[in-house]
Amino acid sequence: MTHLLLAARLDVAESARSRWFLLYAGVFGVLVALMLIFGLAESRVMGFTGLSRLLVTYVQVAMAILPVFILITTVRSIAGDREAGVTEYMLSLPVPLAAWYWGKFAGRFLVAFLPVLATLGIAVGWGLMAGGEVPWGHLAADLALLVSLIVCFLGFGFLISSVARSTDVAQGAAFFLWLVLLVFMDLVMLGVLIREHLPPELAVTVALANPLQVFRTASMMLFDPQLVLLGPAAYVILDHFGPTGWLAWGIAYPAALGGVAAGAGYLVVRRGDLV
Amino acid sequence: MISLAAVGKTFRKARVLDVETLRIAAGERVALVGSNGAGKTTLIRCLLGEYLHEGDIRVFGLSPRHDRTALLRRAGFVPQLPPPLRMPVGELVRFATGVGQGSLARIAEVAAGLGLDIGEVASKPFVKLSGGQKQKLLIAVALGRPVDLLVMDEPAANLDPPARAALFRLLGESAATMLVTSHRLDEVAPLVNRVVELDGGRVILDDRVEDAVGMSATLTARVRVSRAEPAFAQAMAHWGFDGGADGLAWTGLVPGPDRLRFLGTMSRYAGLVAGLTLEEESRG
Repeated sequence: MTHLLLAARLDVAESARSRWFLLYAGVFGVLVALMLIFGLAESRVMGFTGLSRLLVTYVQVAMAILPVFILITTVRSIAGDREAGVTEYMLSLPVPLAAWYWGKFAGRFLVAFLPVLATLGIAVGWGLMAGGEVPWGHLAADLALLVSLIVCFLGFGFLISSVARSTDVAQGAAFFLWLVLLVFMDLVMLGVLIREHLPPELAVTVALANPLQVFRTASMMLFDPQLVLLGPAAYVILDHFGPTGWLAWGIAYPAALGGVAAGAGYLVVRRGDLV
Repeated sequence: MISLAAVGKTFRKARVLDVETLRIAAGERVALVGSNGAGKTTLIRCLLGEYLHEGDIRVFGLSPRHDRTALLRRAGFVPQLPPPLRMPVGELVRFATGVGQGSLARIAEVAAGLGLDIGEVASKPFVKLSGGQKQKLLIAVALGRPVDLLVMDEPAANLDPPARAALFRLLGESAATMLVTSHRLDEVAPLVNRVVELDGGRVILDDRVEDAVGMSATLTARVRVSRAEPAFAQAMAHWGFDGGADGLAWTGLVPGPDRLRFLGTMSRYAGLVAGLTLEEESRG
């Protein structure tokens, strides 16, 4: 456990000085600042106002940024470290392989999550100072969904980095994965599947298997409990899962998928050349 | 100590390592030489458990891959090219002592011996250090732990003469088995008592080296030149020599293991050198 914590701490120390981290943290900081400056929290849309409105927007924007950012930066830095000799040197020190791999995963999770948490904290702080009400339940659910999304794409990133032998290949694979998930998240794409007389069950299965879609609909449910925005597909979700079940699925499934992907990546590392 | 039997490594279809047998006894100092692509790095990575391989490798009776952590607790590694780590020096040292068995004080002591004050650079990102500072720190991390095996890739390449002398002295004091790789034998010859040359992944030479001058010996050198020459003065200043007022008579100390390199420098000014003596200082 000590070795895992040491590896996690080292990864945080390394990542926190990277340009990608500064950019990543900066993007979230600017986003929240813009939302506050332009009075997004004071606007009223679909009956939502104050921090609830800001949270809805924040989560939807985070869904656009987090996956691709985490995927690309993870594979670039891990595969890049291997090419630059960083991995060779660090693994010449007596750190157990499992502690190294999972410590890096934990460190990378912190680095990805802390800017999200910090910027949300700023928003909540602003809300409290302005005398508004903080929707704690909504906030907790959003945070849980974001944690799950981060774990999911970190897992994908670690798996790709373990399999791909060069930064270019890893980056290409990461981008391709993101694109595939994006395409199969699009309702038009699902519409095409149905129009082409493919069984509706297939379309629904594709949607339920796509962590981006699961995140999107689960976060949507927080402000649209009947999933009116989703259309008829909402019946399938609500009939099979119910609102609480779907939220639980939205939190558990992406995280589990990421955990499985990271575990598979670890097996690849353990069974192959380390550098 | 180290034994290899029918060890091979193939990348795609290229056979990059093919060693029938190789045994290195405890306490031996082995130069692993060969040109680029000879298989030196591959062999080292196999020994450190970083590559899977065919055949059998044992280090301290342990398998590098299956007993990786136990083996690495007893081994130190110095790469030729320092990795571009962005973390602060203090974090790197803390990690090395945390996972290994060394102490921060011992690493700082070794670094100080090489001319690097760790306290001064602790908060600096490793990548921002100079080439020499990085090398000194990596050597200190390797030698500051109680290891039985040192694997070093051209460890003295980026060091100035005083740091080289300190390194030779430290290595002379160490009882660890050493494996030092280099493209050129003359760079590492003073450090070793055995030479193994690789070519195309195979061992093509395995020879002993006898050296009357010890690793910790120091030689007093006196050089007379026929005329003062700025380029020569610059070279001698690099070695820490004093040339007096007229720049015609130079005196300084040369670490024993560095004398071949020193003579190599002198050979470049053969037309200028009028006299040269090298005397081993008597040990007190």
